[in-house]
Parts: sequence; structure tokens; C-alpha cells
Amino acid sequence: MNVITLSPMDLGVAALLVVALSGLSLHMRLGVERQLLTSAARTIIQLLLIGVVLKVLFDNAALVWVGLMAAIMLAVAGREVMARQKRRFLGWWGFGVGTLSMFVSSFTVTVLALVAVIGTTPWYAPQYAIPLLGMVLGNTMNGIALGLDRLTQDAAQRRAVIETRLALGHDWDRAISDTRREAIRVGMIPIINAMAAAGIVSLPGMMTGQILAGTPPVEAVKYQILVMFLIAGGTGFGTMVAVGLAARRLFDARQRLRLDRLSAPRD
Amino acid sequence: MPHLVRIDAGVMLVRAGSRSTPVRPRPTPGIASALSELRIDQLVTRHVGPIDLCVEAGECVCIQGASGSGKSLLLRAIADLDLHTGEARVDGLACADLPAPQWRRKVTLLAAESQWWCERVGDHFERRADDWMDRLDLPREAMDWEVARCSTGERQRLALLRVLVQRPGVLLLDEPTGNLDAHSTQRVEALLEDYRQREKAAILWVSHAHEQVERVARRSFVLRDGQLHERMRT
Repeated sequence: MNVITLSPMDLGVAALLVVALSGLSLHMRLGVERQLLTSAARTIIQLLLIGVVLKVLFDNAALVWVGLMAAIMLAVAGREVMARQKRRFLGWWGFGVGTLSMFVSSFTVTVLALVAVIGTTPWYAPQYAIPLLGMVLGNTMNGIALGLDRLTQDAAQRRAVIETRLALGHDWDRAISDTRREAIRVGMIPIINAMAAAGIVSLPGMMTGQILAGTPPVEAVKYQILVMFLIAGGTGFGTMVAVGLAARRLFDARQRLRLDRLSAPRD
Repeated sequence: MPHLVRIDAGVMLVRAGSRSTPVRPRPTPGIASALSELRIDQLVTRHVGPIDLCVEAGECVCIQGASGSGKSLLLRAIADLDLHTGEARVDGLACADLPAPQWRRKVTLLAAESQWWCERVGDHFERRADDWMDRLDLPREAMDWEVARCSTGERQRLALLRVLVQRPGVLLLDEPTGNLDAHSTQRVEALLEDYRQREKAAILWVSHAHEQVERVARRSFVLRDGQLHERMRT
């Protein structure tokens, strides 16, 4: 089965939509035409670049290059998690908590899938490893960002309650248990919703892509199920690790609540 | 010889805070001092301190001071809830030598505003406190109430009982009758007096009401400029 190759002309037709939209925006004085055009341009440049990068990577399928690519993806995701926090941890923890937990969960889950489920040779075959890691990482990132944000904001808001519990002699993990449980739940809701709605409300992007590329629908569906479960595992375990580490970091060795380890809230 | 200061209210103040030796209470006959004596050495927390103070077992000491003078900060540091230097001891056992939760069970802080995290009142209690509830005019069914249903005054009394059922040897009370009417205040004072004598507990009591200080404590201090100044009874 062959994919119908898209010519620059074909993309040009699609681009007309964006151009027309920005023209309308100008006419209606919505003021978004600039943003619209710049982000459209960013889409073209970034995707072309990654296309080239992936092509080079596929031609040189060495572990070191795949590893480097994975490390860059992880670092960017870690930065993104940090940027989304209203109150982030000061120092290296701000970047470290999210990045470490994404590393632990996303990498483990992806390697597990490559080695034990798909069985590619070599196990780090970039055609499989990079897209899988990307999907798991992207979703894990969301879960961790949501969970951490909820944890730190809730701890700050419920400071008096937590300190009352500490004053009564509760251990730190008992004093923060409600907040921690809620934060993990919040981090996991999106993937739970996505699994529940899959196929009825939304046709997941990966499956759609495979079908467009000519894969028989049932095969595409099987891959999508695999990916959904990987994402659920990565997000769930990643959020638990991140929220667990962060909750511990909110207390010092004398089990005092240390909100001074967080930055001031940003808008 | 302590340095004596005279202030306009005609009260004699003894500057006590920054001295190297802790302030000794006058000997109280009939009270064993080996139980829960609280001793504070060179405690510094934010703008408060260094503070030296000794509260004997079975003694109640009051602290007064303007808002923002750091009374609550001092209590929080003694409960080891805030960063501090210096040391607090109960019967020679240093705070730093005990796991923090164990220390806080011995030296328990009752914050000015009560906090609740479960829906039902009783879920916050380690054990029932029927007799004490009677004495504070709280119905025994209050344990089954929803916290949201309780008035501020009821919550404050319940929060005190929540602390007392854990039988701490040292009580750090931050305005424990702040939201109570005269009748309830008197009930709470009587209960605490009883607890102090029976358990030989040491009580450090932050109060705004001068009459209350006169009623409940033999010794009292004013916290000003980060230092404790002993207040002589007139």
C-alpha cells in the first residue's frame, strides 16, 4: 500500500485556509492575524526540521543518536512542566522533579513496549522508539504538570490544616495525604477520560495517521490500544512519582511544612 | 541583678530575655518538678529571641504582647513547626533528639484558629472525651456533628479537647478562648486548671486579656522587641 505523496502545491491549498482566515481577522479587527501567521510559519519550520532530523536519525539508527534525541525530548518536556507551575520549586528541584519522574515512567514504559511487546530489532529502532516515546512523554508531561500544580497550590492553600495536623503529631505523609491523593487523581483524569472517549468521541491521532497511511483499521486499532495503555501507565506512574517526590520535598527533616521552597505564585 | 524597667501602667518589668541563664520561677511548693518541665535555651526564630524560659511541670505561664510581636511565632518554634536556632527541652529531652511528631505529641500547639479536614467532628479525635465535653457544655452527640454545622466557639472548644485527649505534657495555647463568651471562657479556664494539676502539665498561654492572665498564671511575660520581659504582679 502506498501513501499518496503530498506535493507543495497540495500544502499550498491548505495554507490558503490560514491565509484566508488571517485576512478575515484583519477585516474584522480580531487582532490575531499576526499570531496566526507566525504560528503557521512555526509549524512549517519546526515540522520540516523534525522531519529532516528524523530522516537522518532513521538512516543512522545508532543507540547514541536515539538516546540523544530522547534526552532532548525529555529536557524540553521537563522545562515545559516547570513553566506550567504556578508555584514551582526553587533551585534544581523545579526542573528535576518533573524531569526525573518523566524519565522513570516514560522511558521505562517505552522500553518495555519496544522490548517485550513490539519486539523491534534493534530494540531502539528509531521508527518505533521516537514516536512511541513522544506520545508517552507528551501525555505524561500533561499529567505531571497538572498533578504538581495541584499539589503545590493545594498545600499552600491548606497550609493551616496541614500544620494543625503536624502540631497534633501526625507524620508528614499523613498530614499531606488528602492533598497528595487529590493531586494524583487530577493528574490522571485526562488519560482516563481519553480512554473512555476513545473511538466514540474522538479518533485518536495515531490511529488516524496509520489508517491514512494505508494500514488496515483493525491493525491500527491494535496499535492505538497499545499506545493508550502505555500512556496510561506512563502518566499514572509518572504522576505518582512526581507528586510523591514533590510532597516529600515540601517537608524538611524535622517534618516542617516548607512552603519557602516554592516560588511566589505567578499569574 | 535583673535590670528593672518601669512602664506607664505602673507594672514592673524584669528584662529576662537575653540573659544566659533561664528565668527560674519562684519555687512552687507541692508540685513535683520532674514531670513535664519545659526549658527553652537561646531560642531564635525570625525577629523573636534569643529567648530563655523555663516553665515547670504543673505551672502555667502567660505571654502577652502587641499584634505582630511574635507570640505565635514563639509558640510555633517551640513546637518545631518553624525554622529556629536554640533548643527546647522537656525534662532534659531535647527537641532535636526526638522525631518531630513525637516531640509535637509531648509539646502540643493549639493554634488560634481551629482547623478541620474531615467532615465529621469525631473523625478528628483519637479517643472520646465525654467528661470533658460535659464540662465545656458540649453535648456528647457533638462528635457526630458535621464540622460545618459547628459555630466558631464550638470548634474552638472542640479543638482544645482534640489536643487534650492526646495528653500532652506541655501545652502551647494561642489564645484558646479568643472566640468564646465569658461563660465558656470560664469553663475552659477551669478545665485547663484541672488538667494542669492532674497531669502536672506545663502550660504556655498566649492571651490578650489582662484579667485572664491574672486569673490563670502566677508568672507572665510581655513579648516586646523580640524579648520576654517579666511582668511583676501589682
